[in-house]
Amino acid sequence: MTEEIPTRNAYGEALVELGHKREDIVVLDADLSGSTRTGYFEEEFPDRFFQMGIAEQNMMGTAAGLATCGKIPFASTFAVFGSARVADQLRNSIAYPELNVKIAVTHAGITVGPDGATHQAIEDLSIVRGIPNLTVIVPADYAEAKAATKAAAEHQGPVYLRFGRVGTPTVFAEDDYQFEWGQVKVVEEGSDITIFATGIMLAQALAAREELLKEGIEAEVVNVHTIKPLDIAGVINSVKKTGAAVTAEEHNIYGGLGSAIAEAISEEHPVRLKRVGVEDRFGKSGEPKKLLKEYGLTAQEIITAVKEVLAR
Amino acid sequence: MSKVTELETKARTIREDILKMLTKAGSGHPGGSLSAADILAVLYFEELKVDSDNPEWEDRDRFVLSKGHAAPVLYAALAEKGFFPKEDLLKLRSLEGHLQGHPDLNKTPGVDMTTGSLGQGFSAALGMALAGKLDQKDYRVFVMLGDGELQEGQVWEGALAASHHKLDNLIGIVDNNRVQLVDRTEEIIEVEPITDKFSAFGWHVIEIEGHDLEQIRDAFSQADQITGQPVMIVANTIKGKGVSFMEDTAAWHGKAPDDEKYQEALVELE
Ligand SMILES: Cc1ncc(C[n+]2csc(CCOP(=O)(O)OP(=O)(O)O)c2C)c(N)n1
Ligand SMILES: [Mg+2]
Repeated sequence: MTEEIPTRNAYGEALVELGHKREDIVVLDADLSGSTRTGYFEEEFPDRFFQMGIAEQNMMGTAAGLATCGKIPFASTFAVFGSARVADQLRNSIAYPELNVKIAVTHAGITVGPDGATHQAIEDLSIVRGIPNLTVIVPADYAEAKAATKAAAEHQGPVYLRFGRVGTPTVFAEDDYQFEWGQVKVVEEGSDITIFATGIMLAQALAAREELLKEGIEAEVVNVHTIKPLDIAGVINSVKKTGAAVTAEEHNIYGGLGSAIAEAISEEHPVRLKRVGVEDRFGKSGEPKKLLKEYGLTAQEIITAVKEVLAR
Repeated sequence: MSKVTELETKARTIREDILKMLTKAGSGHPGGSLSAADILAVLYFEELKVDSDNPEWEDRDRFVLSKGHAAPVLYAALAEKGFFPKEDLLKLRSLEGHLQGHPDLNKTPGVDMTTGSLGQGFSAALGMALAGKLDQKDYRVFVMLGDGELQEGQVWEGALAASHHKLDNLIGIVDNNRVQLVDRTEEIIEVEPITDKFSAFGWHVIEIEGHDLEQIRDAFSQADQITGQPVMIVANTIKGKGVSFMEDTAAWHGKAPDDEKYQEALVELE
């Protein structure tokens, strides 16, 4: 059995490593430091950790100010509060002036579980993807989350990093994983269809591929860790080969990965496409695994989508 | 039975139900639910004009739990009041039930506003109060905030607007338990002196001990006499009140008891 580790843990651990390497890393949190794992950093570097209270908008503006003074602020809260709640601060104080702020959110998607819809961000990607200058990254597992956090620190400019609450199956080995900035990655090759997956759906896409192979369908699985700017050349390369595509994300099918891929292929190289994701409805309270079933976010829905596309 | 004895019994039942549903759910927020139990007992069993057979009654008093994570205290009060069957409490936070982790006005009878994102319920209550004035209704709007929640800028935008509009039909309650999610409020971002702040924002402020039923009742009667400005009741409370090991700590802000802890807690409530 593969190990399941929450990507938020990787984020917290990466922050500590970064803190040891770089004096200019500072961390801000809004009364959620235990949950977002920024508490790890607070423990090691109390002077470079700022507890901002339940005041997310002020936190983002403060991070912007810190960035103007040469700091590299990581500002963390839950995904709902780090996107919609602070959209204007992200836009006008961080992205427009291109300040070097890393907005690192946890508890993204419906796998937040029993807290319910108010805490399950299913629209955050669509909000941040519409803001110019902002790089948007959704790591798929522990190793990628750790590497992405470190890469974001090295990158000059604002970055939105999206992490999850519950354990995510490990796909990549930590030792030899290389985060390639801005590039999609073919994880498994195939010739019949491309499954573009992001975040926790990468593991589901790989499981779907295994099942499909038994039926003689060879799916290519492409990990899209960076939703924006999208590696259009990489996306088009794959669909040129396979001629069909399915997208999979723990997010509304509007505005996230599915939309980004649809936009790219319809302009550059139209192929048959189906999006797997939350179908434009809010989440609800429940166990994360049950919710994934209820909302159609499992390997099964990817398999069904693949067959539907190939039958067209 | 005197009114106070009756309310004491209600408060105890509410606390028992909070613990029972959270234990069954396996997650949720006991601390801020227990600190508000006495206030909700007085609200629902004396103060609020509501009708469990007609939850959408136009002229009812409204109650907005702006600190929505304390949903269990609201659900316990609503069930005890007859808005829905008590069995429903045991499906809290599950796909099978209607009781969401945070209050949802479309799913649960008696819930007047969907909350959970701190700071937002306060503004909604303000809107309800404005509507009441516009329609010349005499219903009142009660809204409960957490002390940590006061850190949200939106609260202070609302505080300005409510006094500007002279909303004497709006009665706020701060469940001032001095603890928030990660730590004590003074360690996170200090919000005291709360009474001075609301006074400066044009509110009539009443400070009480939030577990003293007589003081809670008095505060509501006083609030009714105030005209031309909104009223804020700053209720000094103890997070986790009633269960010694949950009291005055952030450790039980967002953690459900297991069966063993549940039994320990129940004994203390008796
Ligand atoms: C906008 C927003 N930010 C963060 C949270 C996460 N959160 C839930 S409860 C809580 C602490 C609330 O403390 P307080 O208002 O004092 O409530 P109480 O002590 O009564 O539980 C936090 C930070 C939230 N629900 N909404
Ligand atoms: Mg509090």
